[in-house]
Amino acid sequence: MSTLEIKDLHVSIAVDGGTKEILTGVDLTIRAGETHAIMGPNGSGKSTLAYAIAGHPKYEVTSGSITLASDDGGRVDVLSMTVDERARAGLFLAMQYPVEVPGVSTANFLRSAATAVRGEAPKLRTWVKEVKGAMSDLDIDPAFVDRNVNEGFSGGEKKRQEVLQLALLRPKFAVLDETDSGLDVDALRVVSEGVNRYRAGGETGVLLITHYTRILQHITPDRVHVFAGGKVVESGGPELADELERSGYERFTKVEAAVG
Amino acid sequence: MTAEVTGLAPELAGAKEGQGSKPLTSASERFTSYDVEAFEVPSGREENWRFTPQRRLRGLHQTTTFDAAPTVSVTETAGVTVEIVARDDSRIGEGGVPADRVAAAAWSAFTTATLVTLDGSPDPVTVRVTGPGEGVVAAGHLQIRTTPNAQATVVVEHSGSGTLADNLEVVVADGSTLHLVVTEEWADDAVHAGAHHICVGRDATLRGVAVQLGGDLVRIVSTVDYRGPGGDAELLGLGYADAKQHLEQRLLVDHGFPNCTSNVLYKNALQGDGAHTVWIGDVLIRAAAENTETFEFNRNLVLTTGARADSVPNLEIETGEIVSAGHASATGRFDDEQLFYLQSRGIPEDAARRLVVRGFFGEILSKITLPELRERLEAAIEAELAVTGV
Repeated sequence: MSTLEIKDLHVSIAVDGGTKEILTGVDLTIRAGETHAIMGPNGSGKSTLAYAIAGHPKYEVTSGSITLASDDGGRVDVLSMTVDERARAGLFLAMQYPVEVPGVSTANFLRSAATAVRGEAPKLRTWVKEVKGAMSDLDIDPAFVDRNVNEGFSGGEKKRQEVLQLALLRPKFAVLDETDSGLDVDALRVVSEGVNRYRAGGETGVLLITHYTRILQHITPDRVHVFAGGKVVESGGPELADELERSGYERFTKVEAAVG
Repeated sequence: MTAEVTGLAPELAGAKEGQGSKPLTSASERFTSYDVEAFEVPSGREENWRFTPQRRLRGLHQTTTFDAAPTVSVTETAGVTVEIVARDDSRIGEGGVPADRVAAAAWSAFTTATLVTLDGSPDPVTVRVTGPGEGVVAAGHLQIRTTPNAQATVVVEHSGSGTLADNLEVVVADGSTLHLVVTEEWADDAVHAGAHHICVGRDATLRGVAVQLGGDLVRIVSTVDYRGPGGDAELLGLGYADAKQHLEQRLLVDHGFPNCTSNVLYKNALQGDGAHTVWIGDVLIRAAAENTETFEFNRNLVLTTGARADSVPNLEIETGEIVSAGHASATGRFDDEQLFYLQSRGIPEDAARRLVVRGFFGEILSKITLPELRERLEAAIEAELAVTGV
């Protein structure tokens, strides 16, 4: 069992003529077996947090730490790792806008990723079965393995592919960045079931980033954090999501403006 | 159709403008001649020269004299006849007529040509063309021809050093099928300006793969000419340009007979500062070419900054009675977002790049039916990838 610790994380991006600080000191600890929801208005820095954890080069961490700690006392400094090292260490980001990679078939991509993350190439026979099973769980047409990665996929199809990768790569911690956006009711149910299967073992942690509460009807969080102005401004249990559903983010954005 | 044009007939005065300061407006007006003096020395502004860096041509665009000929060796097997013939051999010129000054200069200069005839169903044949050596300028001439209804596979490999201008005639006889792979695997110093004159007979099939990997500057001007109805040409290309390398493919598929098909797919990858690929794809469907089916597609994959891919597809249709005609061109960049995405799934950067390039070329390589050749080219592409070190 492990823990993902984020401490006083500050992140900037390059803008015309300088840098702009997006994350202004994020503190967050997620233990294996827990699901945390991060909710917040547009522009509050939720996606920046997701990308900073994954190591996107556009986001510069100016201070703070991200640490992957294990029960035996081992501590891994995530920020010193390359993007692929982070993935192999057990971090996963389901992206809001998955990238199209022309020329690379989905089958080839999935196998390359599994080989990298597992440290050895999966045995072909069991692998084909595993992929087929995981695709069937997500109602993905088997023909998609022959298509290029995300190329020409609809928004919903891309999101299913992200959850397919989650199922096959089985990370320690998964960050789901607005995985619910752009999904119709049926797709939301299928995708949520996929995430719940991943959670079921109780040994994996989920950081669920969302703007809306509807995905929380399907995936019950242990903790809910409200994100505003680039940091967590309030944390609570699932009931906090219900309050947001009733009264929106106004209370928090106003606080932020007042603190300003 | 291939009547020799010596000098410049008055009625061709307008056509010659295409070699002069005015660009050609139509592929059908393209001027051709076996005689180098019929072409003006290009200034570099002409449509068919504007992408070629003339300073790096080592004078090929001006010269009429050559020091040497390339070394040509052919594996001889049953059904394959190899002849060294004089320039007055009646078969010389059957493939086509030079369309630019360099090709005409090589044509005017060669003393003997290598002529390879394929009869029946011979084993695959390899023709090795070796450059004249560093600092030496050569002119060469090669003709590959099938007999009617033959089924043959030929690999023409170019390697070595030096400067070469040459003509490759490919005569695909009625009812025959020719698989032809032409590779440019030159040493870093080499300059090669080649012209391919391909004619496809009645109900004949050409399956061509053009591979450009090595050399400082390689410019290949290919013409596919149908000589009867029912011809089928598939033209595939694969190029990998490194830093400062200029790789150019200029293609004209000239549909002059009914019921013919052509399918063109050229793919280039580019990496490094000054890497440059040029692809010009002209398809001409003449009035007589009813029921033509044609598609041409150029795709370029830019792997690093500082590289440039030029791509100009042209389609000219003189009859409405065709099955289909299409062309497309797409230049994509292997960008930071794609790299990030693949890396975020645990795939290291070099493996991610390899995955993308292998996937990109896989479609072409899978069409090469000779396993040893395919493996060698795959290895060459891996070696190119290793060069980047990025």
